[in-house]
Amino acid sequence: MKILIIAEHKNGQLSETTRELFGLLLGQAEVHAVAAGENLEPLAGPLGQLGAAKVHLIGSPALASYTGESLGQALGQFIPQLAPVAVLAAHTPQGKDLAPRLAAALDAALATDCIQVSFNDGQVTVRRPVYAGKATAEVEFTDDSLKVITVRPRTVKAPELDAARSAEVIPVAVELPEQKTVLKEIIASDNARPDVTEAAIIVTGGRSLGSAENFSVIENFADSIGAAVGSSRAAVDAGYRPYRDQVGQTGKVVSPQVYIACGVSGAIQHLAGMRTSKYIVAINTDPEAPIFQVADYGIVGDLFEVVPLLAEAAKNRNGS
Amino acid sequence: MNIFVCIKQVPDTTTRIKLREDGNGIDEADIQWIISPHDELAIEEALRLREQQTGSIVTVLSAGPERVTDSLRMALAMGADSAVRLDLPSDADSGMNARALAAAIGKLGPADIVFTGKEAIDDGAAAVGPLLAVFLDLPSVTVVNGIDYRDGAITCRRDVGGGNIEVIETPLPAVVAAQVGLNEPRYATALNIIKAKKKPIDTLSADELGVTGADRKTRLKNFELPPPKQSCRIIEGAPADQARELIRVLAEDIQVI
Ligand SMILES: Cc1cc2nc3c(=O)[nH]c(=O)nc-3n(C[C@H](O)[C@H](O)[C@H](O)COP(=O)(O)OP(=O)(O)OC[C@H]3O[C@@H](n4cnc5c(N)ncnc54)[C@H](O)[C@@H]3O)c2cc1C
Ligand SMILES: Nc1ncnc2c1ncn2[C@@H]1O[C@H](COP(=O)(O)O)[C@@H](O)[C@H]1O
Repeated sequence: MKILIIAEHKNGQLSETTRELFGLLLGQAEVHAVAAGENLEPLAGPLGQLGAAKVHLIGSPALASYTGESLGQALGQFIPQLAPVAVLAAHTPQGKDLAPRLAAALDAALATDCIQVSFNDGQVTVRRPVYAGKATAEVEFTDDSLKVITVRPRTVKAPELDAARSAEVIPVAVELPEQKTVLKEIIASDNARPDVTEAAIIVTGGRSLGSAENFSVIENFADSIGAAVGSSRAAVDAGYRPYRDQVGQTGKVVSPQVYIACGVSGAIQHLAGMRTSKYIVAINTDPEAPIFQVADYGIVGDLFEVVPLLAEAAKNRNGS
Repeated sequence: MNIFVCIKQVPDTTTRIKLREDGNGIDEADIQWIISPHDELAIEEALRLREQQTGSIVTVLSAGPERVTDSLRMALAMGADSAVRLDLPSDADSGMNARALAAAIGKLGPADIVFTGKEAIDDGAAAVGPLLAVFLDLPSVTVVNGIDYRDGAITCRRDVGGGNIEVIETPLPAVVAAQVGLNEPRYATALNIIKAKKKPIDTLSADELGVTGADRKTRLKNFELPPPKQSCRIIEGAPADQARELIRVLAEDIQVI
């Protein structure tokens, strides 16, 4: 059984979410990886050491920056030649945009945002959250079409590199037709912290912060433990934080290792964005706040008192 | 312009989800249904575009069982010109829904632009927009939080995470998936909600759309509720001790820092 992992990369580095895909239960599958763009050679080593038997490199300046149209067409040409049973991508902004295009172009079955994927015994089994994490469901594939599967970041840990392994590298040529969509510009954010959708830890502040300036309390703590800063909608609506930080039904859906909610009540629309976090920590003055019902650890207290002490304790622990 | 909006009816977030006894779906009995929130942005954008382009028509489409008629009426109450229900079972998958929507737009079009939501809050799949675009052979732009309209083309701002924005230019017709920030959806007034009750809603059958069971390639089964949470461990003590203990938990028990 052949499976194909679509590698995301930047500046010659594989993205962590791609590395994680090799940590899924791939069983006895013959693992292929494909990367497209420019300057791909540095990717072959790590892809092999992560477990790819063959690495296909589609070198082309036209694929140097991602557009769904161009990468969709390139992979749409390549995948039928390889004829894998399943194609795996991370459920990142790029993977989300790409996977349905591939599924449509290749008449494939599509399962997105999966949180369990296994290829044991030649059987493909996947599970995904539904209703914003209020339940999960198994995705049954009803025919033997190609399967296009995206996997939620942080579903599993990336395996260690195995220096003894290496992959056969195979260059692939594609021909791209004239493009309709054109990427004019990327406006990079000035945000030096990790993005909420990718971070292992998120520290979120709510309305109770009271002002944009007061969020420095949250930021200092987040920086002391390398976390992203999240926000409730109330804090975004009040203008304390940019929309990019909003977690919830109308914000980002996140699933970090640890989610630390400070002065957030835990409204159902907020929970819709973070309830599948591995561990939830709540810091709130109100012991009855609904956030404690989903939390694993709680501190009943004033965040303005507790959170700076957390930053201090984290720094002391790091010995800095 | 001939403007289409695809909307999905989904359970309100505040609705409690109960599983069916066979475990292969949810019990729909007491569910409060709403238009998926990002689809309200899609409707709003269509209405604003119609205001700019005189003579435009906004047609709202929803694939699903009889109950989705209520959401189509809500879209009419917001201001859409016409609404069509594509009669598909509630467990149709993204591919099947997208096939039906593409066929309907083929019948009722040609479209100048098609709006969808970024993702529906029931399956969070973010799939139907780009699927539909490929089926219609149109360009597609996802997670769009800003659009400049020009003659025959649009420039879209895409929210690609971390605060980064991509600026994408595409000719029309195109399929655009709406992200928060694009606009603030209007509310339907009570009067318009009453008026919309009398408006006709057309139905296209799966037969008429040429959609069959073979278009469904996935089916959700074996639903599970998440295991009940262990009760929360409240960390007691003086604030400095609480802080030290929580950091210890993060470092030693969870090993995340
Ligand atoms: C359609 C719809 C979509 C929505 N989408 C989202 C969404 O995407 N994301 C989202 O977050 N919300 C969303 N909401 C809003 C949601 O319902 C809540 O209003 C919002 O999450 C509340 O934010 P909050 O917890 O910061 O504020 P509040 O609910 O006001 O809670 C503040 C909390 O801070 C505590 N507190 C106060 N002072 C302190 C202190 N000094 N120290 C510690 N704790 C303190 C209080 O006890 C309280 O629990 C949506 C609502 C609707 C209707
Ligand atoms: N059954 C449906 N009928 C009409 N539009 C739909 C349907 N399902 C999904 N859509 C549209 O596609 C978007 C993405 O949905 P999804 O792929 O389910 O996350 C939604 O926001 C809707 O705009």
